[in-house]
Amino acid sequence: MNIQTDIKGIVRGGETLKQHRDKIMEATKRSGHYAGLRHMELRDEHPIKYNKLFSRLRAGVVDARETAKKIAASPIVEQEGELCFTLYNAAGDSILTSTGIIIHVGTMGAAIKYMIENGWETNPGVKDRDIFCNNDSLIGNVHPCDIHTIVPIFHEGELIGWVGGVTHVIDTGAVGPGSMTTGQVQRFGDGYSVTCRKIGENDTLFRDWLHESQRAVRTTRYWMLDERTRVAGCHMIRKLVEEVIADEGIDAYWQFAYEAVEHGRLGLQNRIKAMTIPGTYRQVGFVDVPYSHDDVRVPSDFAKVDTIMHTPSEMTIRKDGTWRLDFEGSSRWGWHTYNAHSVSFTSGIWVMMTQTLIPTEMINDGAAYGTEFRLPKGTWMNPDDRRVAFAYSWHFLVSSWTALWRGLSRSYFGRGYLEEVNAGNANTSNWLQGGGFNQYDEIHAVNSFECAANGVGATAVRDGISHAAAIWNPEGDMGDMEIWELAEPLVYLGRQIKASSGGAGKYRGGCGFESLRMVWNAKDWTMFFMGNGHISSDWGLMGGYPAASGYRFAAHDTGLKEKIARGEPIPWGGDTDPENPVWDGMLEGARIKRDKQAITTEEMFADYDLYLNYMRGGPGFGDPLDRKPEAVAADVNGGYLLARFADSVYGVVLAEGERGRVVADLAATEARRAEIRQERLAQSVPTRDWMAGEREKILAKEAGTHVQQMYAASFKLGPKFERDFRAFWDLPDSWQLKEADLPIPSYGKDYSMDLSELPDVNIVQLVEE
Amino acid sequence: MAYTEAKIRDLVDGTIDQDTLHQMLSMPKDQERFEIYLGILQEQVPWDDRIILPLGPRLFIVQRAEDKKWVIRSWAGHDFCDWTENWKLHAKVRVRDTPEAMEKLYPKLMAPSTGWQVIREYFCPLSGDLLDVEAPTPWYPVIHDFEPDIDTFYRDWLGLEVPERA
Repeated sequence: MNIQTDIKGIVRGGETLKQHRDKIMEATKRSGHYAGLRHMELRDEHPIKYNKLFSRLRAGVVDARETAKKIAASPIVEQEGELCFTLYNAAGDSILTSTGIIIHVGTMGAAIKYMIENGWETNPGVKDRDIFCNNDSLIGNVHPCDIHTIVPIFHEGELIGWVGGVTHVIDTGAVGPGSMTTGQVQRFGDGYSVTCRKIGENDTLFRDWLHESQRAVRTTRYWMLDERTRVAGCHMIRKLVEEVIADEGIDAYWQFAYEAVEHGRLGLQNRIKAMTIPGTYRQVGFVDVPYSHDDVRVPSDFAKVDTIMHTPSEMTIRKDGTWRLDFEGSSRWGWHTYNAHSVSFTSGIWVMMTQTLIPTEMINDGAAYGTEFRLPKGTWMNPDDRRVAFAYSWHFLVSSWTALWRGLSRSYFGRGYLEEVNAGNANTSNWLQGGGFNQYDEIHAVNSFECAANGVGATAVRDGISHAAAIWNPEGDMGDMEIWELAEPLVYLGRQIKASSGGAGKYRGGCGFESLRMVWNAKDWTMFFMGNGHISSDWGLMGGYPAASGYRFAAHDTGLKEKIARGEPIPWGGDTDPENPVWDGMLEGARIKRDKQAITTEEMFADYDLYLNYMRGGPGFGDPLDRKPEAVAADVNGGYLLARFADSVYGVVLAEGERGRVVADLAATEARRAEIRQERLAQSVPTRDWMAGEREKILAKEAGTHVQQMYAASFKLGPKFERDFRAFWDLPDSWQLKEADLPIPSYGKDYSMDLSELPDVNIVQLVEE
Repeated sequence: MAYTEAKIRDLVDGTIDQDTLHQMLSMPKDQERFEIYLGILQEQVPWDDRIILPLGPRLFIVQRAEDKKWVIRSWAGHDFCDWTENWKLHAKVRVRDTPEAMEKLYPKLMAPSTGWQVIREYFCPLSGDLLDVEAPTPWYPVIHDFEPDIDTFYRDWLGLEVPERA
């Protein structure tokens, strides 16, 4: 520790920022309590004052979000609510946060800590009414399109905290248009990157910043109004803090700013004991990176390979209510935009936990101090190379976290808290993105956020909610079609529930939905697809099945202009049954792309071309044969299930009812279900018999190169994972699997260089590596 | 917040009313839930051996009456193994690793590609009940998903006596 002692600092009491943070961290480590707070005097001896402070600040932070978002023009912010404001203490630890994209509780805190650890106090200086901007994923941001505005808060000339605001902007000037692009394979193509830069003084933005930042992105008006949204929210909260201090006194506020974090830490520990079962839980997540396809055009040969991202997790809940999450065996970072920083990986887990384990308003860094994370260095969520790209880190963030739902849900189920069980969260895609010239003849980028309304996982007492939510924004929704049509040169020809997209089960996963868009009044236009295709990243729980996986449908040279003029039928509604497509027959001569390639790069689209935006469903819970037959009939009538799966998945025999609706034939269903149970027994084998056959395939290396690459990369970074794998399959020492032996390039396997190796850079390490 | 046995029975049966469900989600947890829950399940299962911990709708850790051994048992009464082992290794499994098998579950194009991901269904060897589904890549070891520390849970967290274990 490098404690400076001879400099008068800006923090209340005269410490420098670095001295202050070091003191807090040292006391936390020494005592096991945040800031050494074994006793929370304000909370315990003045509970009314403590709660008054909490309620007033929390309400004000939420109010700032609701008010500020009206300034934004971007539907991502204004419609979907992709913004968040968080209040921090002087050490950069969050005290409380608004609703919204609360993953940034951690990411903005990481930016503040970076400024503290790297001497921002002396150069460029931190003064009252300064404004800082950050979107650097190498120091903790999720992806470059999440832009942070950070404002220090001073009282009588001394720094007493910080406030941060974040919005998800529509474009960051990456290689391709849209905020979460696929074409680049290194960070340098991710677009504009800003590292905790001072962008304003005296509450005024610098002119050079305004000029430079506008020309760094495609969608300048959205960019500027998003920035005003963030600045306005931060200033509202700064004013609130000033008023609270005027009313309650600086000593009470200061005490609250640290006790609240310890309160949050203890709160998590208590909830773990109140809701879970001590023990060890294991689960795993996967997602596909299908880059060898012709429609994935990337600049580097070495990136044109199919790979699978893999994250096993072991969750240990201890007797004292503390817990540890270990992700050994995870894949190496890759030449794509799906890498993540350790801060975004861990901070995002809190977003998930606020929906189950800590559904309180007391969301702050206390939960992070109550958890041990182990993310091996070099993995996709803790990369050891400063070239890695992050633009769509969510591709695997959502898919790796969904496994944790299963672990937690096993404990909820065991204790009888069935209401908390959740089979998992959907892979939040597809992302419709692209750009060119829009209907207003301006340079434009689009990034539809309809997938803020995916299907939700089933619980142990009811179906998952359909087209409802996204794990990363509990308040998200799909947005109004009319607003999207104003923001995008794409007309809606349909929006309907995506049948059979939710995983089957006694309680089925919520279904996603699909929108059919026709390009209209666009010029020099491109679009691309971004989602899971070959792999469904949710598994289902206790007999429930995974959600369906993705696919793409696009059509060019459709002839729709002439058909519309002639009044002929055209595609509309949804692609109800992709096994028996209807639209294709209406588009004779068109170039149709209908396949499993759910990730592509910029593809040219002209007016009257079609694009299907399919939002995924959630996973199911329990054996589908235990589902009430009437519920299955209702699913078919409601468009949630294609009729043929009533029989093959649920064993429900349907009969014709009134007004074209189906009903379940209960007697025939009972017989059919008995038959299916017999089929299951006849078609299955003892697990150990199957293992013997699978072992032979492993010995013979019978699997795709992408599968073998996944294991080889995980073995290298996860020695325990390899040991366990070898022991499970009883493999001889002579069996070896190395990336170097595979017929695909593996750049990055042996050589990497971290940000920490740059001169004058102190990185902030917050997890065990 | 405490709930009547009838409400918890409704929860187990999936017929809970929305207001109570919302209350259960939003209020602090009722510690006595576990014992009431076990009582309800004990009435429902077709055998008398004592349930120690439910692992799924049709899977339990039980104390076998005849020898007090803790085993993993299905609803239908199949004893898989000792409670500390991975029960899936003692189940029957069907692996969907062809497009035809996948397309009985999902419409074509909405099914995972079997060169990337397979579906493994673990059945009770007595009844054919589907107890768990895994969806990993080929070659993936069978996951031992849960090793509960039942002694700490009963004794230290709930203040209950740990049932006898042979």
